[in-house]
Amino acid sequence: MTRYVIGRISQALLVLWAAFTLSFILLQAMPGDAVLIKFLNPEFGLSADQVAEIRAAYAVDSSVVVQYGHTLVNFLQGDFGYSLQAGVPVSAQLATNLPPTFKLAGLGFLAATLLAVFIAFLSSMAPFAWLRNAIQSLPSLFISVPVFWLAIMLIQIFSFRFRLVSVINPGPWESLVLPVATLAVPIAAPLAQILIRNIDEIRTRPFVSVARAKGASETRLLWRHVARNAILPTLTIAGVLFGELIAGAVVTETVFGLNGIGGLTEKAVGNQDLSVLQAVVVISAAAFVTINLAVDLAYPLLDPRLRNGHGAAA
Amino acid sequence: MSTSPNSVLDVRDLHISYSQGEERPTVVHGVSFTVEPGEVVALVGESGSGKTSTAQAVIGLLAENGRVESGSILLNGEDISRWSARRLRSIRGAVVSLVPQDPGSSLNPVLTIGAQVREILQIHGRLDRRTADRKVIELLTNVGISQPELRIHQYPHELSGGMKQRVLIAIAIALRPALIIADEPTSALDVTVQRRILDLIDDLRREHGTSVLLVTHDLGVAADRSDRLIVLQGGRIQEQGKTADVLASPQSAYTRKLLSDAPSLSVAKPRPPVEPSRPAALTVTNLVQDFSLPTAKNFRAVDNISFSVARGTTHAVVGESGSGKTTTIRSIAGFLKPTSGEIRIGDLDVASLRSEALRQFRRKVQLVYQNPWASLDPRQTVQAIVEEPLLNFDPLPRAEREARVRAIIERVGLPATVLSRLPHALSGGQRQRVAIARALVLEPEVVVLDEAVSALDVTVQAQILELLAELQRDFGLTYVFVSHDLAVVRQIADTVSVLHNGRQVDYGTVDEVFSSTSTAYTRELIEAIPGQKFPRAEISRQPIKTGLLS
Repeated sequence: MTRYVIGRISQALLVLWAAFTLSFILLQAMPGDAVLIKFLNPEFGLSADQVAEIRAAYAVDSSVVVQYGHTLVNFLQGDFGYSLQAGVPVSAQLATNLPPTFKLAGLGFLAATLLAVFIAFLSSMAPFAWLRNAIQSLPSLFISVPVFWLAIMLIQIFSFRFRLVSVINPGPWESLVLPVATLAVPIAAPLAQILIRNIDEIRTRPFVSVARAKGASETRLLWRHVARNAILPTLTIAGVLFGELIAGAVVTETVFGLNGIGGLTEKAVGNQDLSVLQAVVVISAAAFVTINLAVDLAYPLLDPRLRNGHGAAA
Repeated sequence: MSTSPNSVLDVRDLHISYSQGEERPTVVHGVSFTVEPGEVVALVGESGSGKTSTAQAVIGLLAENGRVESGSILLNGEDISRWSARRLRSIRGAVVSLVPQDPGSSLNPVLTIGAQVREILQIHGRLDRRTADRKVIELLTNVGISQPELRIHQYPHELSGGMKQRVLIAIAIALRPALIIADEPTSALDVTVQRRILDLIDDLRREHGTSVLLVTHDLGVAADRSDRLIVLQGGRIQEQGKTADVLASPQSAYTRKLLSDAPSLSVAKPRPPVEPSRPAALTVTNLVQDFSLPTAKNFRAVDNISFSVARGTTHAVVGESGSGKTTTIRSIAGFLKPTSGEIRIGDLDVASLRSEALRQFRRKVQLVYQNPWASLDPRQTVQAIVEEPLLNFDPLPRAEREARVRAIIERVGLPATVLSRLPHALSGGQRQRVAIARALVLEPEVVVLDEAVSALDVTVQAQILELLAELQRDFGLTYVFVSHDLAVVRQIADTVSVLHNGRQVDYGTVDEVFSSTSTAYTRELIEAIPGQKFPRAEISRQPIKTGLLS
């Protein structure tokens, strides 16, 4: 068991390092750099020599290998460097922009999971075939709705028509209601689809017949026997979908005017603000890796067959 | 058939249908029978006979698309066939319970043994946790599970197949039901385990006076364990009566055919002894096969096995699961490099072959697998399946290739029309014939038959065994026949190796091993063959006249 945990944690660290290195290489491969973009601006009226001096001060003229080592050491110490455009440390920007995004992503994920579970169990408990079919087609509908359109529709309907959620000066939680809903719908769709398929598959297993032969009610069958077995494969997908959630957060934040990582990233891309981009990539990767690590570690808790280290022995 | 008013189960004129798209074919046509208190009634039939549907209807567990069309199912005098789901739940487990077919998949993998036994007590009673736990341990002790206090905290994957079936039996008897439905309760288990489980069901039945409806395809098991036999075919009862009477003087032609085809009930025709002058087609000398494990030391799957198979004869490799028989044949087929020892096919040393030589060697040894449903690609036509080995080895012109495929398909007794079909359009027996054709199209020297008839119904099994014997005579084929079924081995093999935990505990001609083995394990295996309750002479095996089978 300890070996399993240590193995998973080292894998997670390896992925983080790879994400850092790859993003570093990609960002370095871009022509020009942030210093040039900012200080070659005629407004500053700097000479070529002065720009070169500034570049040296920021160490952007040293060799790629030296920069890589430098940045890596800094990152390990929690120092993400300076945002050239804003002129403040990246960590300061993250401190203001990270919490709204995390709140949005976390709540979106929770809402998506609840929605998926709700749809899946509703469909398996529906008494009529037509109702079951209708509920089972919800995920395909959800998945084909564009996020920006959904966001605009939600604002139109709930804020402007029914005035249920205010968009002007909303409270801290009120401002999250519509973005979370927007984010949850497309994430819930694939989760619900997989859950529905798993529930249907597990229902045909002999152990479910045995439970039924014990006199178990449909509710007991579903919760005690089917649910836990059906959730196992869904977990993996949930972890992977978290990546999609981060991507979705960028669009959602833009539409709802939230000041989160999405807005920060958007600006940083425009300005080639490499330290900010590098930090965003590493933070996103860290969040993704953590979620998947949590999924991996939750597996043995849910499935006793994985507890003995080497998986299920036949 | 006499119907007494106090029958535990009284099924009258039962019709069951399944919806399939627009259609609703009926699969059980007017089945009527009774089960009296304390009686074991065996429902015997081949796949598609309706035996399982009948049993499922009795406990209200028909698949979602299944429906009782008409007829009644009287349980203790009350007709349950029209009961609501809620009302049915109150008797499931309490009045009628189930011992399922495959213990491996019949326990919930994420719940402990204790929780799963306790569940049936919780559903039907108001036992407090401590009383329930005591009762669970008592039940597990009753079914012969050692250290029950420890077992209740274990999960299904930590128990062997036999143990799991014992747990399932404990669940079935927990509330002292009037009727237990045992649906092929031992077909997934090794013979020696099978015998112990059937003994256990027998003992518990006697102790509690429970009736048992035993659903089985195995006439041997039915003959040994039942008071009365019901023979089903195509959803209709062919014959029913006292087991001894049915075996001694079967009335229906179908029953006679089943009896003559069942290897466990038939007397093997003695095979002519192998003349010692024949050259060996396959020699295995001191074969050892280790597997490396991530923990501890290596696992020795096969430990010093030696045998030699004369050309044109059949050598059977017999053993229970985990005995090393699969590893042995994988080494023979060149899929595994022996840790030590030697395998010779003719004069080729299999272990010395590399890459292209090894590939070329594969045409000399071909395999036929157990499950004809899984061993054929569902998306290839029979033509494509049988011709693939030729494409790999013999660059023949198209016309000639097709002629060879056609010839071998005809040789295995299939009509040429199957060539354009996909496997799912064929029956199990036809599929296995296709698998045999695919193995034979390269004209191999040795054919390894890995449980090749174990998944087939008895009558189909008999036909395939007949076909194999014929092909062996005509082509001088050498067979390595891997099986857990000693009754079949006695019919088809010349020599036999008995494996136990990777060791070869017996080796000799079938006659020697079956009649005068000195090994305790082999004797146990032979004694565990079902169908030995009645002396052979008392079982009718009249040859069937084709006229009766119209």
